[in-house]
Amino acid sequence: MAKVTVDGIEIEVPNGSTVLQAAEAAGKEIPRLCYHERLSIAGNCRMCLVEIEKMPKPVASCGQPVGEGMVIMTDTENVRKARRGVMEFLLINHPLDCPICDQGGECDLQDEAVSYGRDSSRYDEAKRAVAQPDWGPLVKTTMTRCIHCTRCIRFSTEIAGVPELGATARGESMQVGTYVEKALSSELSGNIIDLCPVGALTSKPYAYTARSWELRKTDSVDVLDAVGANIRIDARGAEVLRILPRINDEVNEEWLGDKSRFSVDGLKRRRLDRPWLRENGKLRAASWEEAFAAIATRVKSTAPDRLGAIAGDLNDVESLLALKEMFTALGSKNLDARQDGAVFDASRRAFYTFNTTIAGIEEADALLIIGSNPRHEAPVLNARIRKRWLAGGFEAGVIGVPHDLTYATTQVGEGPDAITALLNGSHPFAEVLKNATKPMVLLGAGALARPDGAAIHAAAWQLAAQFGALTADWHGFNVLHHAASRTGALDIGFLPGASGKATRDMLTGGVDVLWLLGADSVDTSAIGPNTFVIYQGHHGDAGAARADVILPAAAYTEKDGTYVNTEGRVQRGYAAVKPPGDAREDWTIIRAISAYLGHALPYDTLAELREHLAAQYPVFATIGDVRRFAGTDLTPPAGDPAAISAAPFQALFANYYQTDSISRASPTMAACVAAHYPALAEAAE
Amino acid sequence: MLNDSDRIYQNLYGQQDWHLPGARARGDWSNTAELLARGRDAIVEEVKASGLRGRGGAGFPTGMKWSFMPKQSDGRPSYLVVNADESEPGTCKDRDIIRHEPHKLIEGCLIAGFAMGAHTGFIYIRGEYYNEAARLQAAIDEAYAAGLLGKNAAGSGWDFDLYVHRGAGAYICGEESALLESLEGKKGMPRMKPPFPAAMGLYGCPTTVNNVESIAGVSTILRRGSAWFAALGRPKNSGTKIFCISGHVNNPCNVEEELGIPLKDLIEKHAGGVRGGWDNLQAVIPGGASMPILNKTMCDTILMDFDSLKDVRSGLGSGAVIVMDKSADVVKAIWRLSKFFKHESCGQCAPCREGTGWMMRMMDRIVQGKATLKDIDLLEQITKQVEGHTICAFGDAAAWPIQGLFRAFRPLIEQRATDYQPPSLVQAAE
Repeated sequence: MAKVTVDGIEIEVPNGSTVLQAAEAAGKEIPRLCYHERLSIAGNCRMCLVEIEKMPKPVASCGQPVGEGMVIMTDTENVRKARRGVMEFLLINHPLDCPICDQGGECDLQDEAVSYGRDSSRYDEAKRAVAQPDWGPLVKTTMTRCIHCTRCIRFSTEIAGVPELGATARGESMQVGTYVEKALSSELSGNIIDLCPVGALTSKPYAYTARSWELRKTDSVDVLDAVGANIRIDARGAEVLRILPRINDEVNEEWLGDKSRFSVDGLKRRRLDRPWLRENGKLRAASWEEAFAAIATRVKSTAPDRLGAIAGDLNDVESLLALKEMFTALGSKNLDARQDGAVFDASRRAFYTFNTTIAGIEEADALLIIGSNPRHEAPVLNARIRKRWLAGGFEAGVIGVPHDLTYATTQVGEGPDAITALLNGSHPFAEVLKNATKPMVLLGAGALARPDGAAIHAAAWQLAAQFGALTADWHGFNVLHHAASRTGALDIGFLPGASGKATRDMLTGGVDVLWLLGADSVDTSAIGPNTFVIYQGHHGDAGAARADVILPAAAYTEKDGTYVNTEGRVQRGYAAVKPPGDAREDWTIIRAISAYLGHALPYDTLAELREHLAAQYPVFATIGDVRRFAGTDLTPPAGDPAAISAAPFQALFANYYQTDSISRASPTMAACVAAHYPALAEAAE
Repeated sequence: MLNDSDRIYQNLYGQQDWHLPGARARGDWSNTAELLARGRDAIVEEVKASGLRGRGGAGFPTGMKWSFMPKQSDGRPSYLVVNADESEPGTCKDRDIIRHEPHKLIEGCLIAGFAMGAHTGFIYIRGEYYNEAARLQAAIDEAYAAGLLGKNAAGSGWDFDLYVHRGAGAYICGEESALLESLEGKKGMPRMKPPFPAAMGLYGCPTTVNNVESIAGVSTILRRGSAWFAALGRPKNSGTKIFCISGHVNNPCNVEEELGIPLKDLIEKHAGGVRGGWDNLQAVIPGGASMPILNKTMCDTILMDFDSLKDVRSGLGSGAVIVMDKSADVVKAIWRLSKFFKHESCGQCAPCREGTGWMMRMMDRIVQGKATLKDIDLLEQITKQVEGHTICAFGDAAAWPIQGLFRAFRPLIEQRATDYQPPSLVQAAE
């Protein structure tokens, strides 16, 4: 610890802290434009200048380490003068177009200019203006506003690991750009919009939509992948206008994947805003009463073991529980939340969660990825792996489709037979895992969805056990889900009961009445013509197209809900707006129809439902935290590790941008597909 | 005036052989192993005692700089980097050393490398010095062939490898940390300090960056003794220095002289005097483009060394003396320098990136006589806003010439401003 004095306040800060951190610890605010806690220090904006005793010149506090006994002055006349001077330089070539700039109201430069700007400009020369390059469908550039803080460059190089941004030319001709104009290819590119302290980089889809002070801000949780990134939903009136990340160091730090951020316009399109009934092969608008009547007639005339429900990927736990309990009351055991058809042993929580935890990745020293592309399936989590890799002393191996994961990897193999090669030590990467003290095995959702998923599951567990990933203070067995509702569904056992039917059987004629709770990724063409399909969900996607009855429901931004991320972290999202038209929150629909069917569920409010949930499943009593398991219970999951096939792993999905009903409805995501997967976009047309 | 026998660079003008035999004839490489046998500390002490100050511009004591290098390696290698990116306008001393005395530099590298525990040295040479780089490489090859570099260099028991790296022509790469960035293959932009290169330099390893002239003189200092070197020049400004005299003199030249020689003597004895006589002198820039200009009154008495020039708020810099007689437009000359600095700013930090362009444009208006008295004050304030607020000293370098101009030639500039008729007034008069 070093003792320093900041403006007369004596404080102790850890050695190696910067002067800026010391000043913050003393409660002094230091203006900054280029400095960012999660990026390397550039020291180029010069706004954070302070005076330090015995130093002749003002010092940039962001990069100056503290020394014992240092006397720091953050608010002297000299400091103010220096900062005013710097501010003047930043502003001379910055266009004064705040009234038409989207950053207005949340602009760091604007804020600092209030403190350090002049009332009028002394600059009589011609101002600089530069071209506005096209960086693709997500990030809008107005590079004339750029103050060259290089945060975007540092983010893409360091955090995203896609070094496609850089500065060309020098002096006042310096320009931040992509060298050759192109669409940004990182899945985290939207974060540079948040990082940009001025209006040089703004959100293209959100352009000229709203002012920050008009927005109603609601904390929530992202559901477009299973990371459960913490988000803030910004809405105005009945419309969600944008989604921004919220800081949670244990989950997403302060980053958010592009799909989660920009799919927001999909929430307004293809929405189901009233019930529909299929009559004579055609859907017609109906009332709730008619829809319920049609369902009741059909359900009551069907044997319980011919009733089934498949839950999709975006559901909150409350509606899953309500549906499960209604089906149990009806006497059906045909339930499945795994629309990808994954069948594996989920009898213990450690078998299906990301046990190392996302923050725990930073402790690991070796990683084996099996059948997953975390860069697409969980970009924020992938950034965490990259962060660990950058810190050094970390090796990663991949079994599956080779991808650029933004860190160096060893390609161990493309199919599950490579697991055998590691188990018997015939592949050199086995040595890496053996020498690691905290190795991780990351098993992707795609690997579990294969017919030999259970075997791969068991083999991966065996691998983790054999290479010391399961110890008293380390649990290195991890399942990386992609579906936001998967872990929660497994937690409450939304699975086929004894002799109940799983997804595949239900689709192929195993049931006569099939309830799809937001299930849009199942193969609806497999459903026989005589199966009565009830689709409850928010988007007119694959499920609704096949449905006989459509029950309009709320999307994640429109309901309070509990979600469990891939780590097993229970988190709550909150409604930012009301569902459109006649749509209702899912659990209330199920509660209503359960009464209609004569098996009224025992809760009338969300609070009662949650109480009921936590009483049955204690993990739901703790919100926001995750309990890290010790890897001491070595009982392996059911499944014969030897039964793995040699078929190589496949990518979980063809493109990153459109993977669910919301992102498929999003024009922005469609534009991304067109920009990055021209062949796919062409095929779709 | 310096005795010929006291000149370090006996072949500064290239009249003799630059090859190894010629260098040996001048005494280079004669007893290198013996010099190194004195030990690392003794060499550093000797250089300290000689009072040698860095010849690149800042004048930091060379021996002290070497002593910052870690005595014991923590596993990281130490590096010697020689700054031969001689880009300061008006300066061409390192060029002649490399052309005509390359072995002095190479031997100096071995000695300095040994004194700082470096087994590897890099000479970062200005990209435009193509022929010089070729000659330097040829000299290094000779040294390798003669066993003076490489394993057991010069029979000293010390392994030392030396590499030449050509820059790509950016002025800022002469700044030591930008030089290191460039040497690492990155964009040449100065680093924040601390950490200083002696702690984290090239590839994050302890590094010392020295000017060519500082390194090339070391072997002679060790051979002739620190007392000899310290006796030359003035206290705290000891030794000899190569001055590059250019501009309106009858005989522009490079000349090695004692520090502390009066500027007038320097120009009259070595450069054949100012064109049209001393009284025709208008101004002198004493230390390369970034040092403040002196008017004739200052030039009459000024001594050419670090401290004397500092006292008149200028500096010795690289020792490039740029002479302007009364035919020169000093304002335009300084504008040209401003244009140079605007062009060469790396663009990294705000005051310099934005300020150099602003300063150049205002200078432009002053030159054209389109500035008002208020503009002059504004420009002076802007230079103050740049100075001392940047990552590296480039901001200072860009600000000083203008500040110097205002100090030395204020009446001249004010005259232009008062002569100025704003277009609105002209129109009104018509």
